[in-house]
Amino acid sequence: MRAWAKALPWAFVALLILTWQMAISHQPAAILPTPWAVVLGIQELAVKGLLLKYVVASLFRVTWGYVLAAVLAIPFGLFLGWHRRGQVALNPLLQILRPISALAWIPLAILWFGVGDLASIFLIFLASFLPITVTAMNAVGSISSNHLNVGRNFGLSETQLVLKVLFPAVMPQLVVSLRVALGVAWLVVVAAEMIAATSGLGFLIVDARNAGNRYDLVVAGMVLIGLIGLLLDIMMRKLEHLSFLRWAHREE
Amino acid sequence: MAGMVQTTVRSKLSLTGLNMTFGHGNEVVDVLENIDLEVREGEFICLLGPSGCGKSTLLNIVGGFLKPSSGEVVIDGEPVRGPDPRRIFVFQERGVFPWLTVEGNIGFGLFRLSRQEKARRIAHYVELVGLQGFERAYPHELSGGMKQRVEVARALAVNPDMLFLDEPFGALDSITRLEMRRELLRIWRAERKTILFVTHDIEESVQLADRVVVMSTRPARIRNIMEINIPHPRDISSRRYLDLRDSIFEQIGLAHKI
Repeated sequence: MRAWAKALPWAFVALLILTWQMAISHQPAAILPTPWAVVLGIQELAVKGLLLKYVVASLFRVTWGYVLAAVLAIPFGLFLGWHRRGQVALNPLLQILRPISALAWIPLAILWFGVGDLASIFLIFLASFLPITVTAMNAVGSISSNHLNVGRNFGLSETQLVLKVLFPAVMPQLVVSLRVALGVAWLVVVAAEMIAATSGLGFLIVDARNAGNRYDLVVAGMVLIGLIGLLLDIMMRKLEHLSFLRWAHREE
Repeated sequence: MAGMVQTTVRSKLSLTGLNMTFGHGNEVVDVLENIDLEVREGEFICLLGPSGCGKSTLLNIVGGFLKPSSGEVVIDGEPVRGPDPRRIFVFQERGVFPWLTVEGNIGFGLFRLSRQEKARRIAHYVELVGLQGFERAYPHELSGGMKQRVEVARALAVNPDMLFLDEPFGALDSITRLEMRRELLRIWRAERKTILFVTHDIEESVQLADRVVVMSTRPARIRNIMEINIPHPRDISSRRYLDLRDSIFEQIGLAHKI
């Protein structure tokens, strides 16, 4: 029963690929490459050494932009949540910046950093920084006042209160926001590379189209983006289920 | 004679002329009005009043979490300036830390002790509240009654000399509530803490307290202080118990017929 349930999604993917292959063999006009052509496309990329190069380039930018954002946004957001005055002062600015898609910053990113790694890293940083900051800030606001009072009652100093009550209380929300932000970062890197880079999976897609309508390579790029995105998400989900965070799923 | 007895018992807590108003500008609500109270060392006091009357506010002031608008709270001859680990507040619910195990919660206030001493204390209080076998359990795996035991054990573990309990058994079913009262009395006799216990349950107050402080609706004033001089364990069908209970019913203005 369990094995069957596990096989079901794979069977569905297989069915879809089969339908794709059959549909295209009955439709002479080239609106989509066949799945087999996509596999050959990926192979071609691997042989040319571009597969590894582009995947590494994209992951490199995501890692830097995202890690930098997380490292700065978590303490910044927690600080704003902890100090009401900071929150009051900065919240309107955050709320105005938040609906501006990171992609809207592409022209400025190119102006400031030129075409290359830095522009993409900057865009990913922007896309991850704001949501993590806002979540961290709100997470502090949602800490039960009882829990803080218990901490004060037992004579905890401000630092101890932060370490022993604030951190554990906000951790589950932080981990969820880190997962969501990584998903967004992965979306943004592709878009950024289409315009502001000369390598990476986003560049691959645009380049394959411009250099002779190689749609097999375009779809190959899309498949790679999907698979890597899935892997990143699985990784982050594992983090959410670490034992010290498990309480958050059981609290009603 | 009576005077001599009075002088041998130290006053633990004294409230003088306590007033509390909430709000600002035109929207001002009087919550407490002119509260005077003396509590002796080792005494079990119930603050009894209807929901929302301000008795929890009073407890929060005594606990140091709120500052009164006027008046003074003095414990052991010193004015209260804030929360203090010598006096532990037990919250109505959700006071336990969901991210810590039973052991972790009970040991929460013991961060100044050595590892062995901490382990010894935790074991002692786990046993005192009857949670052996649940040391590694998380609060979400426990019943409401067990969570409340964890909170009481956590409070007792730091060996405070006062306990403030804010309707601690309010969220429990009536059978568990009776059990918890018996437990609390047993612990109180063993550890001899001064206890301030807020409740809106008349029966509960007469079962537990040395004295019941009957409070009015908002703004809360002290209506009367009832001495419950029945030895423990109390027979809750005895004449004396029923008389005291009924007299509180009458003071609050309730007929005891439904």
